[in-house]
Amino acid sequence: MTEAEIYSGLSARFGEKLLSFQDEETSNPAAMVEAGAVAEIMTYLKGSEDLAFDQLMCLSGYDAGPELKLGVIYHLYSTSLDHYFTIKTEVDRESPEIPSVAALWATADWHEREVYDMYGVSFKNHPDLKRILLEDDWEGFPLRKDYVAAETYRGMKIAKEK
Amino acid sequence: MGVLSNKFSDNIIITSLDKIINWARSGSEWYFQFGLACCAIEMMSTAAARHDLERFGAMPRSSPRQADVMIVAGTVTLKMATRVIRLYEQMAEPKYVISMGSCANSGGPYWQHGYHVLKGVDQIVPVDIYIPGCPPRPEALLEGIMHLQKKIKEEHTLAKKAS
Repeated sequence: MTEAEIYSGLSARFGEKLLSFQDEETSNPAAMVEAGAVAEIMTYLKGSEDLAFDQLMCLSGYDAGPELKLGVIYHLYSTSLDHYFTIKTEVDRESPEIPSVAALWATADWHEREVYDMYGVSFKNHPDLKRILLEDDWEGFPLRKDYVAAETYRGMKIAKEK
Repeated sequence: MGVLSNKFSDNIIITSLDKIINWARSGSEWYFQFGLACCAIEMMSTAAARHDLERFGAMPRSSPRQADVMIVAGTVTLKMATRVIRLYEQMAEPKYVISMGSCANSGGPYWQHGYHVLKGVDQIVPVDIYIPGCPPRPEALLEGIMHLQKKIKEEHTLAKKAS
């Protein structure tokens, strides 16, 4: 199925939980969905026989800008039907919370931990949401665009000498 | 050797203790086998057949307790820095540190924006030899090892230091 066909099927089923379809100037047409509905939509995408998205190829985060939202992108692939789909969702930077999809694809476990580590997006119902790369006592989320590097870490100087 | 000639049987040499200790130490620089980034690839290449680091008596050890030299080969992140300190403290004296490559020397490409990188491993452990390069070629690491040998040969283990 093409991405447009998948999207029209989804919007018929989930209605307003699908916000928009972005297919211009991109090789990965994507559906922007409501953050709270991610787990529900993903369960359908994986479980439906016509869609059968059995592989989560990538899960990545982004920060749209200091005054704007944080986002997460899911790249899906069906190995049996050989088709692709991309889901996007955005959340407020003050209370970023998205349902976890780690129960659907084990791949999501570490990917969600990385997005949490770098952007501070909290994944609800994740089995073990903690930092994956940085130390547990690290403060802040470094890939946020308003992140300011600390002066020191455990007594070690970070900032360069001027 | 004048008065001493023919006074001893064969297989006896006369030297100072310092010299023979330094000779032994400089010829057995067992280095701690760990790599932090791409410099480790060059370190492995240096240890492999073509460059054959072992002809200098330098062989890799997997435990800090058996190692004499710590080659800091790569980017020292702040997370790893806490481990580097602990590993250095676990090494037995005498111990030496070679800082290999730009990252270990000064933070390298992470100098300006590396929020997670220590700007030089000499901030946390004393460094004996700095090797520039990004990464340094095996020849450069070999030269660093040879410079360390020279440094060791000039040490005074038994003679009192004028402090």
